[in-house]
Amino acid sequence: MYWEPDKECMDREELELLQLERLQATLNRVYAHVPFYRKRFDSMGLSPEDVTSLADLSRLPFTTKEDLRDNYPYGLFAVPMREVVRVHASSGTTGAPTVVGYTRNDIKTWSNLVARILVAGGVTKDDVVQIAFGYGLFTGAFGLHYGAERLGASVIPTSSGNTARQIKVMMDFKTTALVSTPSYALLIGDTLREMGIPVSALSLRYGLFGAEPWSDAMRQEIEGKLGIVATDNYGLSEIIGPGVSGECLERHGLHISEDHFLVELVDADTLQPVSPGEAGELVITSLTREAFPMIRYRTRDLACMLAGDCACGRTGRRMSRVLGRSDDMLIIKGVNVFPSQIESILFEIEGTEPHYQIVIDRKGAMDEATVLVEAAESIFFDQMRRQREMVERIEKRLAQELGISVQVKLVEKKTLERFEGKAKRVVDNRKLWASPHGGETASDRSSPA
Amino acid sequence: MLRVKNIHVYYGMIHALRAVSIHVKEKEIVALLGGNGSGKTTLLSAISGVVRPAAGEIAFNGREITRERVDRLVRAGIIHVPEGRQIFGPLTVEDNLLLGAYHRFSLAGKGAIRAEVDEIFQLFPVLGERRRQLGGTLSGGEQQMLAIGRALLSRPKVLLLDEPSMGLAPRVVREIFEHISRLRKELGMTILLVEQNARAALAIADRGYVLETGRVVLQGSSEELLANRDVQRAYLGRGRNGPR
Repeated sequence: MYWEPDKECMDREELELLQLERLQATLNRVYAHVPFYRKRFDSMGLSPEDVTSLADLSRLPFTTKEDLRDNYPYGLFAVPMREVVRVHASSGTTGAPTVVGYTRNDIKTWSNLVARILVAGGVTKDDVVQIAFGYGLFTGAFGLHYGAERLGASVIPTSSGNTARQIKVMMDFKTTALVSTPSYALLIGDTLREMGIPVSALSLRYGLFGAEPWSDAMRQEIEGKLGIVATDNYGLSEIIGPGVSGECLERHGLHISEDHFLVELVDADTLQPVSPGEAGELVITSLTREAFPMIRYRTRDLACMLAGDCACGRTGRRMSRVLGRSDDMLIIKGVNVFPSQIESILFEIEGTEPHYQIVIDRKGAMDEATVLVEAAESIFFDQMRRQREMVERIEKRLAQELGISVQVKLVEKKTLERFEGKAKRVVDNRKLWASPHGGETASDRSSPA
Repeated sequence: MLRVKNIHVYYGMIHALRAVSIHVKEKEIVALLGGNGSGKTTLLSAISGVVRPAAGEIAFNGREITRERVDRLVRAGIIHVPEGRQIFGPLTVEDNLLLGAYHRFSLAGKGAIRAEVDEIFQLFPVLGERRRQLGGTLSGGEQQMLAIGRALLSRPKVLLLDEPSMGLAPRVVREIFEHISRLRKELGMTILLVEQNARAALAIADRGYVLETGRVVLQGSSEELLANRDVQRAYLGRGRNGPR
């Protein structure tokens, strides 16, 4: 089953023709309408018409998260605000979030792209789709919501949280497809068991999961606990949100919608293309975005390309699940967290030392993050009350800034390990990333619960 | 079937087309939109061989035709219906039509061509009614039909239509576009259409390209282009049209 068979199964030659035409039009538009790109192209002596083949893409400059931050909030928009019908945002490395916009056409394109991955994952217009992603600035919930509506499915926007209510809705409304983070799906499965509800009491058939890394072992666990077929999908808000790529029922790699995105894999250090089959950083150029075109965006997500054709008949190349990050971003409970965000908050708070460690565990299905902070000696001489107040203040600030709850523990001065050179601030006990050829773990890191 | 890749055209110092790439598939109607001086007509002229690209290539059914002679392009089936119709005023409707088959006179024989002229009269009955009338005395809409009819006698595989709605009343424009749509449906014609009247063009086209100062800045299905606010503002009339 396909959503747009003429696009998803397009002949390779025809696809490349379309990609070049779309790339050229995108470059002409960003050059005319986005000063950032015009200046950067000019400074390199490049003109949009110098790009006469897909191979010429490699002559263009990269765009990074820092560029987005420098142009916060609307600097990279290619259309005036009156044409923007939606704005989303995701967290940034030092507080300033990344703001992205959509025109009416962008929303339509996005909906179709998400409908593609829904159909690829087994969902049809007859399904009842429960969306347990958090509705808000992040792209996950709205992306899947509009895609499922476009498909003609019945959408239940439960949003995230309140697991007992999710289960009640799931049973009473006869939900057939679940959209959430994989860890939340697992939590639902565990809660079912605790409540003594058998899987047979559910109508669930399919699950589409993204927004955080997961493994095939976790997939099997989810499938067993919920009695579903689970697929993975990938996207990021800077490019469009979910819908960049997704697994088909073969579940061997995520098909990229190449008629809308040019995907390169580069070595994160040399920025040169990696050899076929090797893992590299995903660099994505949007081909049809109107409000927020992206040229060679460095996603910082590491993946590799899978060779050969897929039995499903789609011709879009397949990427592996995301194998890791080329920066220090963490995905905790589906939310992007940069250690630098935590660091800058600790710096604000009096009585803390600039030494800290972030410890992440997975308890059952859910992530738990703890920040260990060294506190000044004076605090430890004081009564417990002041210590508790301080912990609460830090926890509150972190929750405000990160959008997730993080535990804080004060430790005595000089108890945390000291580092020469690059500090190892993060201890991640979750074992999320897998080997390049295991096809493990992936994320739609823009669309958290 | 028709593929234009990275073509550049200069008129003296003026860089009229800059790395323009487009394609038209068989039996497709593709619209070229854009303001005055955006390069639409230049692009048609480059395809029909009337102007020569400085760089880039044009291929037709897989064969490169970038520097092909105009008469060979006509024989290959690439027929350009120029802006302003270019009807021969002092000649009759019938003679105007016959000129469309000029390059085939010796080959096809007059009888066969007469039969084809009659087919045109079936397609455009109004031309049949006026077959002995001088081209110059026809109304604008009739002249446009005559120009298209003349092009059909050249046995086109691809019809390049330049501003068929120019100077015509809205009702006549509708009629002309219905005819163009029928050419595809009934004759399986492939059509590349240049239009200022974006709404009329996108109503019958499958896809379109928007040119701005010699560059393609947008491409997509007619539906997508109609929903694009730049297209709405620039070519469909500001504010009045399209979803708000």
